[in-house]
Amino acid sequence: MSETNEPEILFGIYCPPHPQPLLSPEASEGYSNLRAAYDECRKRIEESDADIILVYSTTWPSIIGHQIQALEKAIWTHVDDDFHYLGSMPYEFHMDTEFAHSMKENCEKRGLEARTVEYEGFPIDTGSVVALQLLNPDNRIPSCILSSNMYANRSETIVLGKAVRDTLAQQNKKAVVVVVSSLSNRMFTEHIDPKEDRIHSQKDDDWNRKILEFFDDGRLEDLSQLSRDIHGQIRVQKVVAYKPAWWLAATMGQHNNYDGEVLAYEALHGSGGAVITLTPSTGSVGDKEFDEDDVEFYRGDRNVLDKGMLE
Amino acid sequence: MAKGQIVAGCLAPHPPHLVYADNPPQNEAYSEGGWETLRWGYQRLARKLKNIDYDAIVIFTPHWQTYIGTHFLGLPEFKSKSVDPVFPNLFRYNYDLQVDVELSEAMRDAASQEGIITKMMTNPDFRVDYGTITSCHLLNPEWDKPIVTISSNRNTHYYSPEVMIEQATALGRACAKAIEESGKRVVLVASHSLSHRHFVEEAPLPEDMSKEHIYNHSQYVWDMKIVEMMRDGKSREVIDIMPEFTEQTIAETEGGGLIWMLGAMGFPDFPAEIYGYQSVIGTGNVIACWDPNDDTREYVL
Ligand SMILES: [Fe+2]
Repeated sequence: MSETNEPEILFGIYCPPHPQPLLSPEASEGYSNLRAAYDECRKRIEESDADIILVYSTTWPSIIGHQIQALEKAIWTHVDDDFHYLGSMPYEFHMDTEFAHSMKENCEKRGLEARTVEYEGFPIDTGSVVALQLLNPDNRIPSCILSSNMYANRSETIVLGKAVRDTLAQQNKKAVVVVVSSLSNRMFTEHIDPKEDRIHSQKDDDWNRKILEFFDDGRLEDLSQLSRDIHGQIRVQKVVAYKPAWWLAATMGQHNNYDGEVLAYEALHGSGGAVITLTPSTGSVGDKEFDEDDVEFYRGDRNVLDKGMLE
Repeated sequence: MAKGQIVAGCLAPHPPHLVYADNPPQNEAYSEGGWETLRWGYQRLARKLKNIDYDAIVIFTPHWQTYIGTHFLGLPEFKSKSVDPVFPNLFRYNYDLQVDVELSEAMRDAASQEGIITKMMTNPDFRVDYGTITSCHLLNPEWDKPIVTISSNRNTHYYSPEVMIEQATALGRACAKAIEESGKRVVLVASHSLSHRHFVEEAPLPEDMSKEHIYNHSQYVWDMKIVEMMRDGKSREVIDIMPEFTEQTIAETEGGGLIWMLGAMGFPDFPAEIYGYQSVIGTGNVIACWDPNDDTREYVL
């Protein structure tokens, strides 16, 4: 990899993890809109000359560093913990094992703990299954899935994105990158009629629409920098941070030069589900400057607790 | 018909490391051992359970996480392979288990009557979570009793630890009522650790016990406080202090299992039997049993 060897990322997709667009698209107009948006993305991937589809899934939490799916043929039947009554999700996904193994090495070069997983029956998460099944149903293009470490914060996630760039550049592969995540993630805590699905609250809806405006303007780095606000405002505090925009920006390039397109925005059991594409372009939008440092290497905890202790 | 009853309540942590260390034929991974303090404690508790007459195990697991109500296993048999998503290198376990669907439905109905949102899980392709598999394997390696798994509704994250206490206690009360009406003798299991901050790196040999220790001293001190209260029969106080404990130690009590179990048992004021405490990849784990029978309750450790 050389400094000037920039990876070619054809476009990015942001899509929701819930199974309704896959299993019950006809249950409501909203779900079928999301399904149509997924189908449009699938078509665009088919028409591109991508070599790999790279998925970062917020519904695959890891603890031991960053896990990278490397099983050449991952075959199983998945059932969602909550939405098991919507049906089973049989899948067969073909992973780019060469990418997965180099990705692990490049993570380590940048100070990250990482490992590949290559086990028959490994439980691929709902979000990854939904996305890959809808975006790449015939395995026309090999894929790879990255976990979301539950303790990782900004610097680790940014460095993870940069390790993806290293690997793509090294292997000279053109990629479509996919983030699987809701916008607002608060669902209704009771069973609902899908036809009556709506965003859980006005506040969630307002924030979602503001985020969509940014996406629409291609302001990816601005969204990355707003991640902590987004986390505090519209994310149920399940993990330490809202990380998808950090990863997407670090992977695609930390700037605002994108053509954004919001293909659908609908409620998924109360949460905000959007299918969005971002294509690298020229010309930047945005009027913000930020003070969070860029980071190239992950150096682990700063051991703040051990410093300045009373003797 | 005689009234059903809860014959024991077990706090049974489920690090897959313990099954891995045991090398049962069901698990594909091979180890050189490790975590004996917990494994030997489990073996002793399993022997005790062998001497208790019971019909079913009802287990509450934080690794079947549901946001839309509380779900119950609702088919008589599940057979598949459980692969731990976090430690797949350690745990790839082929299971074949029986469910007491009648009891499951009765508990679900009782919970619904209390206003709790519920759902029966009747998809045959569903994979039973590794918390259930690990705790049940260690408590009953023969798998000769039917089980019922209850999911963990995510009240702590969605609302607050206090809401979790209210909801899990109500669920516990409802389950106890259903058990009483069923005429069955039931062992309850809360499947989780205490303090729950993990190391994010793993030793090259995961069972290398020279590398195993608690994540930090604060977690240890908190865990010991909780264990001491359990020993003293202060189960109500354990629940009262739980919001702070959960927050300070990122404890797995957040899933609600222990609250549910102690709630079902009416917050016992007799001492818990302690079978062992040890860290696993930095997390704090105690094996404890509440035996309501004054004649068989022991001072174990
Ligand atoms: Fe756990």
